[in-house]
Amino acid sequence: MTTETRKDLMHELGAEQLGLFLYQMVLIRRFEEKCGELYTKGKIRGFLHLYTGQEACAVGSIACLEPKDKILTHYRDHGHALARGLDPNRVMAELFGKATGVAGGRGGSMHLYDVEKGFLGGYAIVAAHLPLAVGLGVAAQMRREDFVTLCIFGDGSVGEGEFHEALNMAVLWNTPTIFFCENNLYGMGVPFKASLSTEIPKLAAAYNMPAVTVDGMDVLAVYEATREAVAHARAGKGPYFIEAMTYRYRGHSMADPELYRLKEEIEEAKRRDCIDRLRRQMTDAGMLDDAGYAEIEARAEAVVNEAVEFAERSPQPALETLFDHLYKEPANG
Amino acid sequence: MVEMRMRDALREALREEMLRDERIFLLGEDIGLYGGSYAVTKGLLEEFGEERVRDTPIAESAIVGIGIGAAMGGMHPMVEIMTINFSFLALDQIVNNAAKLLHMSNGQINVPLVIRMASGGGSQLAATHSHSLEGLYAHFPGLKVVCPSTPADAKGLLKRAFRDENTVIFIEHTANYGLRGEVPDDPDFLVEFGVANVVREGTDVTIVGYSGSVHQAIRAAQLLEEQEEISAEVIDLRTLRPLDIDTVVASVKKTNRAVIVEDAWKFGGFGGELAAQIMERAFDWLDAPVARVACKDVPLPYNRNLEFYALPSEEDVVEAVLGMFKE
Repeated sequence: MTTETRKDLMHELGAEQLGLFLYQMVLIRRFEEKCGELYTKGKIRGFLHLYTGQEACAVGSIACLEPKDKILTHYRDHGHALARGLDPNRVMAELFGKATGVAGGRGGSMHLYDVEKGFLGGYAIVAAHLPLAVGLGVAAQMRREDFVTLCIFGDGSVGEGEFHEALNMAVLWNTPTIFFCENNLYGMGVPFKASLSTEIPKLAAAYNMPAVTVDGMDVLAVYEATREAVAHARAGKGPYFIEAMTYRYRGHSMADPELYRLKEEIEEAKRRDCIDRLRRQMTDAGMLDDAGYAEIEARAEAVVNEAVEFAERSPQPALETLFDHLYKEPANG
Repeated sequence: MVEMRMRDALREALREEMLRDERIFLLGEDIGLYGGSYAVTKGLLEEFGEERVRDTPIAESAIVGIGIGAAMGGMHPMVEIMTINFSFLALDQIVNNAAKLLHMSNGQINVPLVIRMASGGGSQLAATHSHSLEGLYAHFPGLKVVCPSTPADAKGLLKRAFRDENTVIFIEHTANYGLRGEVPDDPDFLVEFGVANVVREGTDVTIVGYSGSVHQAIRAAQLLEEQEEISAEVIDLRTLRPLDIDTVVASVKKTNRAVIVEDAWKFGGFGGELAAQIMERAFDWLDAPVARVACKDVPLPYNRNLEFYALPSEEDVVEAVLGMFKE
């Protein structure tokens, strides 16, 4: 992204939209930091994968969607849920396993859903949601609807057969699918360079799919690329592939001792932090001052605190609901 | 009523349902130009066109996953997995997505999907191509598992599968495709899930089967009547999930003996589940332990003699029944 195009884009989006990007990224950062804290207190259990560092990917890409569009994502999914506007109270309640959670306490951290918002789930089996995204595209085509599906996954997915099967079939059937790869450099603890014999965009190109690599620590770059991808897919031109180079600040999950990377590497990534960057850019452009940023932080803090209170005071799911939603009835009246 | 083969009855069900409901479309390997490996979808591409009858790459996992995604997007797809043997490649999609999304999403996402597969041994296709996995799929809560044994049931159950808002695993035994039978031509003819069929009434022993093994049970019952003057009741389960255990238990309470016949391996198989449920519900009525006649505990060999020796036969069923009457 050149300095000129960045200036133009910032001008086009304006202070309000950019302020929203900044707020959403700060909200996700605070939310995730709080989750890490609550995990150590035993309030959140199971597997917990924090999204800190990667916020620009969720915020920049999801901002390009319309309400009718669909999102499928991976298990590091809190950031995507919040960027899509899922109620932070109900997301936190889900992490607490409460009845008021977005999946009634049945899904937990890795399986968040809100169908009303087109948020069709976090998927905890690597790459298993890629074919689903193609299938949603088939449904859009057959129903003559013009929604697109944003399918977000990590670099760990590219070794899975389903990644290749889905890309191939998306091109064969020209589905309106945006494949969005968050390349945070590690599949758990294995560097992606050790698990892939080529480069990720080349895989998409091999299937005749347009592919770009963007700086995933730069919300504007992510936004610009995704906007182009969405326009492409919505115009009936077929699938589009984005690789966003990003970095997660925390371990793979809360159980990760992080033996596979150096502290210096994490520090280096933090110097490219997506929040600091947008804040600085907005400040330089005269769109934000220190008081404005403090207000954003305070607002995010308040939302997270309220979410924790909501989750705390929410009821446990009743044991007699255990068998609810096993089968959808009536089958046929 | 029209006499037809099971493959034609299945095709009639697909045709009628596709005419009834625009949400239904078909996808699978060689179901279009080739007409289907077992000719079930023959002619449907010509009738319904490429959008609704889709040939796919050989990619079972993606085919099922695309079916699930399309179902989530408001369609009611039918995925044909050429044979059940290849469904191992799609197992994660079936087990983790199709079966669980409704529950995990707290009722927000359902997956109305029909997955058809051809099953069974006995065709000298050797071990990789001879599986009977009805019981495997019945293991997973969230799935429905259907396995017809007659042309009429095949049609009525397949049509019923498209009236369901859940994923239905529809398993067809390859030995049954050519089987002829009377089939209702009423487009509203449905066979309800979870209702076993008492194929033959009897008083001395209950023989329970599903899919291909129903026919061994029937032949065994005939032999028992002709040669041993034993009156056998034969029950075709028709669906394993939901399971009509009530009909089985009522029969066992009448006959006091139960033999389960299945093509699958005995160890860890569906017959064991059924035997346990009979024991739990009708223990005091049993005059003998529940017997299981199943595939011997080996991969099925290519050699015809070895394969038939491994698979259950009507003689094995007769022998199991006679064993129950020995003092």
